Amino acid sequence: MAITQFLKGNEAVVKGAILAGCRAFFGYPITPASEIAHTAAYYMPLVGGTFLQAESEVAAINMVYGAASAGIRVMTASSGPGISLKQEGISYLAGSELPCVIVDIMRGGPGLGNIAPDQSDYNQVVKGGGHGSYKNIVLAPNSVQEMFDFAILAFDLADKYRNPVFILADGFIGQMMESVEIRIPEVKEPEKNWAVKGTVETMDNLITSIELDPDDLERHVSKLQQKYKIVEEQEVRYQSYMLDGAEIVIVAFGIVSRVVQTVVDELREKGVKVGMFRPITLFPFPKNEIADIANEVESFLVVEMNNGQMFDDVKLAVGNRKPIYFYNRLGGNVPTTKEICDKVMEILRRS
Amino acid sequence: MSKEILKKSEVFYEVYERKPGADKLTTTYCPGCGHGIIHKMIAEALEDFGVQDRTIFISPVGCSVFAYYYFHTGNVQVAHGRAPAVATGLKRANPDSIVISYQGDGDLAAIGGLEILHAANRGEGFTVIFVNNAIYGMTGGQMAPTTLIGQTTMTTPRGRDPVNDGYPIRMSEIIATLEAPVYVERVMLSDSKEIMKARAAIRKALKVQIEKNGFAFVEILSPCPSGWKMTPSQAKRWVADVLSKYFPVGVKKDISAEFEGRKKEVKKVSKEEIAKILGIVEAEEVDKRVNKYVDKDVSEEIKVAGFGGQGVLSLGITLAYMGMKHGYKVSWLPSYGPEMRGGTANCHVKISKGSIGSPVVSYPTLLIAMNRPSLDRFENDVVSGGIIVYDNSLIDREPVRSDVTVIPIPATKIADEIGSTKIANMVVVGAIVKYLDLMSVEYIIDSIDQVIKSKKLADMNREAIRKGVEYMTTNYKLG
Repeated sequence: MAITQFLKGNEAVVKGAILAGCRAFFGYPITPASEIAHTAAYYMPLVGGTFLQAESEVAAINMVYGAASAGIRVMTASSGPGISLKQEGISYLAGSELPCVIVDIMRGGPGLGNIAPDQSDYNQVVKGGGHGSYKNIVLAPNSVQEMFDFAILAFDLADKYRNPVFILADGFIGQMMESVEIRIPEVKEPEKNWAVKGTVETMDNLITSIELDPDDLERHVSKLQQKYKIVEEQEVRYQSYMLDGAEIVIVAFGIVSRVVQTVVDELREKGVKVGMFRPITLFPFPKNEIADIANEVESFLVVEMNNGQMFDDVKLAVGNRKPIYFYNRLGGNVPTTKEICDKVMEILRRS
Repeated sequence: MSKEILKKSEVFYEVYERKPGADKLTTTYCPGCGHGIIHKMIAEALEDFGVQDRTIFISPVGCSVFAYYYFHTGNVQVAHGRAPAVATGLKRANPDSIVISYQGDGDLAAIGGLEILHAANRGEGFTVIFVNNAIYGMTGGQMAPTTLIGQTTMTTPRGRDPVNDGYPIRMSEIIATLEAPVYVERVMLSDSKEIMKARAAIRKALKVQIEKNGFAFVEILSPCPSGWKMTPSQAKRWVADVLSKYFPVGVKKDISAEFEGRKKEVKKVSKEEIAKILGIVEAEEVDKRVNKYVDKDVSEEIKVAGFGGQGVLSLGITLAYMGMKHGYKVSWLPSYGPEMRGGTANCHVKISKGSIGSPVVSYPTLLIAMNRPSLDRFENDVVSGGIIVYDNSLIDREPVRSDVTVIPIPATKIADEIGSTKIANMVVVGAIVKYLDLMSVEYIIDSIDQVIKSKKLADMNREAIRKGVEYMTTNYKLG
């Protein structure tokens, strides 16, 4: 049975999380992510869970560390400045291999920046962000439906790999309302026999990220890299749109991919051979898929709302085989369909 | 009794397998260090109270970072200063566990100052053992927040100077000022009499957690011969003669007798109930009145703009929600944040038969301007052949564009006549829906409560929509 609800992205992600079995939310208010906390504050106590407004972002992520250590499904949410503060705890979560879900509703930066939608947390979320050789699994929704769906997926991936999973969205995806088809998922939480549950069975368990001996730490960090390799082999997700016969492929994620979808529709109507490739997982990045596309097309255009942070990953995938163009807006501005159309036409004229 | 005291507590591992190196029987602590004694008193208490299997011990950053080598309990090692936050997460996830947050002075009073203050203030049901030795031991003898005035450390080579470094912080006294903590005491490890008092304090603090799920805090003035560059016996004397003069021992707060206990039941809610709570209920049957619109080819890009408080956002939500109910694809995107509070507000609405790409409306097919600044700002963006609807009871100019359809509606005036300025937005809803024939007006009137939850305004909202429809029927000769 599926029913349809009209929801904000920031509400949908909490409803998905609760249906996925999440029973604890620890967070700190920040625009444009606050509705996630509001929604969690309303629902968590009703479903037998915990909502706690923490004294700081640092405390919030460490509460997540505690609840994850105890083996329950737990989440937090914030926006750029708050994610920066959480990085310490995220590094510990990754190091201790604790599953959790972190939602980042990106806003303009650096510093206080502004509260408009932005994509400049790409590097601090996708590349790790805190100290140490670790990775987060990163899902980038581009609709309210995906905010709901990915909340469920995120908890499954977090448990499967014992790793923090990010839902990396932006102010628009968080704030906008769309219809969401809600299906109640079959939740299969794996047995967490590694957790510290205050029971006889888990008395010998230890949650830690410290390994004093360099050889021991090397073994541990190597094991993490092995895990990331498996994630790269098994969890790549992406969306291709109108790639058939495309001469130029626009690469975009999140809200930008929605704008680009319209651009592709408009240009295709005019006979321009353009398509879109949207990475859904930013780590693992669909580098092989982009490399394959590079064999078929003339050029790429990367469109982002940052200083080219995903561009680097596209560049790594394509190498020097095909030209990669770049268009961006900064400061919380969303590129318009017209701007992107003009850019595509300019590239096609040049080549 | 004497036999039992000599035996190592069962709460300690017999052999410290987690400890690297050949020696798996002794601890990593220096001779004369207080940690060993404190560990022992905690272990014995856990054993006596029969809670070893429920206990989770938190190892902090500091000399006791490897406490998990020794304690045969659940163990969690945490970031510097964050133990109270982690303990909060553990305890909230599993209220039946017994959680011990074991922290040093730098950990608790400096880098983790905020975490301990707020966990204490919430009265979290765990026990804090605060080991105060007035110095950073593990990192090599630097100043702690509890280092005494004049005390030399690696980072106060000329002695702690309050002008530069501030004063030593009395944490127990601070914690005791809060409402929620149940029991706060400072003890010291200076001689066997004081050690027995420390033992009693630790046991009491654990009892507060075990029996009443309350927050208890024990500060222990503890010798650090290595850090202080003293012999173990000199260090013990210094605790009594110097350290405790600034940090007086004794009970700082104790409401354990009258404290009724902190609730810890975990509510079990069934899957069915959760679905209901989240509003996931059997879909109502599709209303016959919307069927007429199933095949209608619609592609509206709407911008709604006005003052904050004019109901601009809910006007947009109403159109989008009702659009969804009529089988269209819809999106609604607001201006958000401080912009909404007092200033201008606007939202983007798309209603379309086909799927919606960008939710951003840069060039509206329909502009709804509820005030003059909105008309001024967005008039030129409207596509050629588009529509501008504006509230001519508030806007004192006409649109200048000649390539668009202009529809003035005295929405605020009509709303005032009905009885509330607030419902001008619903007048506009009625007018637009009627004009564009996008949806069933009767359906919207009957189901407006699903969007606008205010019961007080419900009747007036319905009336406002009707009046909007009536205005268009009268003035634009619509059937």
